[in-house]
Amino acid sequence: MARKPVKKPEVETTGHSWDGIEEYNNPLPRWWLWTTYLTIIWGIGYAIAYPAIPLPGGATPGLLGYSSRGEVAADIAAVEAQNAPLTARINELELAAISTDDLVGGEADGFAYNGGRAVFQTFCAQCHGAGANGAKGYPSLIDDDWLWGGSIEDIYTTVNHGIRYETDLDTRTSQMPAFGEFLNKEEISGLVQYVGSLSGINGAVETEDGKNLFLDNCAACHADDGTGDRFVGAPNLTDAIWLYGSDEETLTETVTYARFGVMPAWSGRLSESQIRQAAVYIHSLGGGE
Amino acid sequence: MGILDKHGVIERNATLLMVLSLVVVSIGGLVEIVPLFYLQNTIEDVEGMRPYTPLELAGRDIYVREGCYVCHSQMIRPMRDEVERYGHYSLAAESQYDHPFQWGSKRTGPDLARVGGRYSDEWHVDHLSDPRSVVPESIMPEYAFLKRTKLNIEFVEDRLIADAMVGVPYTEVMIASAKEDLLAQLDPYSDGIDSLYANYDERVVARNFDGQPELTEMDALIAYLQVLGTMVDFSTFEPDASR
Repeated sequence: MARKPVKKPEVETTGHSWDGIEEYNNPLPRWWLWTTYLTIIWGIGYAIAYPAIPLPGGATPGLLGYSSRGEVAADIAAVEAQNAPLTARINELELAAISTDDLVGGEADGFAYNGGRAVFQTFCAQCHGAGANGAKGYPSLIDDDWLWGGSIEDIYTTVNHGIRYETDLDTRTSQMPAFGEFLNKEEISGLVQYVGSLSGINGAVETEDGKNLFLDNCAACHADDGTGDRFVGAPNLTDAIWLYGSDEETLTETVTYARFGVMPAWSGRLSESQIRQAAVYIHSLGGGE
Repeated sequence: MGILDKHGVIERNATLLMVLSLVVVSIGGLVEIVPLFYLQNTIEDVEGMRPYTPLELAGRDIYVREGCYVCHSQMIRPMRDEVERYGHYSLAAESQYDHPFQWGSKRTGPDLARVGGRYSDEWHVDHLSDPRSVVPESIMPEYAFLKRTKLNIEFVEDRLIADAMVGVPYTEVMIASAKEDLLAQLDPYSDGIDSLYANYDERVVARNFDGQPELTEMDALIAYLQVLGTMVDFSTFEPDASR
């Protein structure tokens, strides 16, 4: 049953009348109205205190002098100041002495080791794997087989300057020739067989021709006995560790087109102490010399 | 009450109400948009910025075509955690030749604003072909077809002209030699390399990006990824703290 609206005489109406329907002009709730006024006052204060009003010469800077760039610079400076004694200690110590230092050494709560792990997980894990076990073309760092050397100084240099990283003048570099350009298929096949026989890969046949080809073409870097040369990053061919694979097809590809992995230099992106921390961490993974 | 009593006229006239609403809304829009055209901090001039080379531009088009921006941002915010992970926070000037910019809004994958030089070309080929071969936990789709797809360079001059129309400073010389410059970037020992360096920058990275003899879309995309965030030299950059 429809009820007729009861007109309250104490509330005024807007004076509008549509088909006999009138509109109350109730006042807004006080709490709501005052909240609105407060937000307006807050807005004015905010515009004065913080950068706000865009003018042709730039926005008004605000009385508090806030800027997002200033804030991030201050945040970083605060953390750096907090860590300053530790990073200074890392930078002044001999690399080999860091892991046993009283202040920054140790694995469980050591600043160097744990900082190095954070660096590794952020910057190195994409290629070398979260567990540092590597992938095809990206060396495992947990074994004792090293291309460019596994002493902590060698690791530090590699992280610092990278490998075949063009924009770093001190980068480690060497270039294997693509033997497909001067050897024929038969010769490459004999060479692959000989290389296979060095590490006793099943079915690999050692021939006199293959051996001579190896001594003529490969021994300069990989050494006469195939044990490699860390000075030029030439891998040891006599062990069971293969960066790209040891099956005949992969070895043929390697000999024909050559391989030259690239690792970025981190000196521009990481600080000196971060690189040292990374070297400590990588050296501790199991293969450090 | 004067003019306030006349609001009945507006309420009774739908067209007038719409026109006046538009005027009111426009004021808000103008106040927000117009200053962007003259304010110094939106057009901050930073040393080192140059237009993309034709090959990088082609790679950028592939980046947009494949929707990389859906999962990858290109915007390092000024916060300590982001700066520590990705590098110096992004500057407005670093997107000044991006039409449209690739800031993105979601990071399913990591930010790519400074991915240039962070990985080897080989890693990019491996990772784009099969992301899980290097990052086992990755959920990125595979883009192996890029290294089998020849790059279409038929419209490369038009592509530069289109960007020049919206303000990228490509000169007539750059547009005329676009095709030669694109091919020169794949071979640092080619004849056209001097023209490429002269038109753009000595620091342009020229090499065979995908390791294959053919010019593929993989070449272009990696050329683009390797230049991201590398144009400004932050060892000499002095940030203006008030911006």
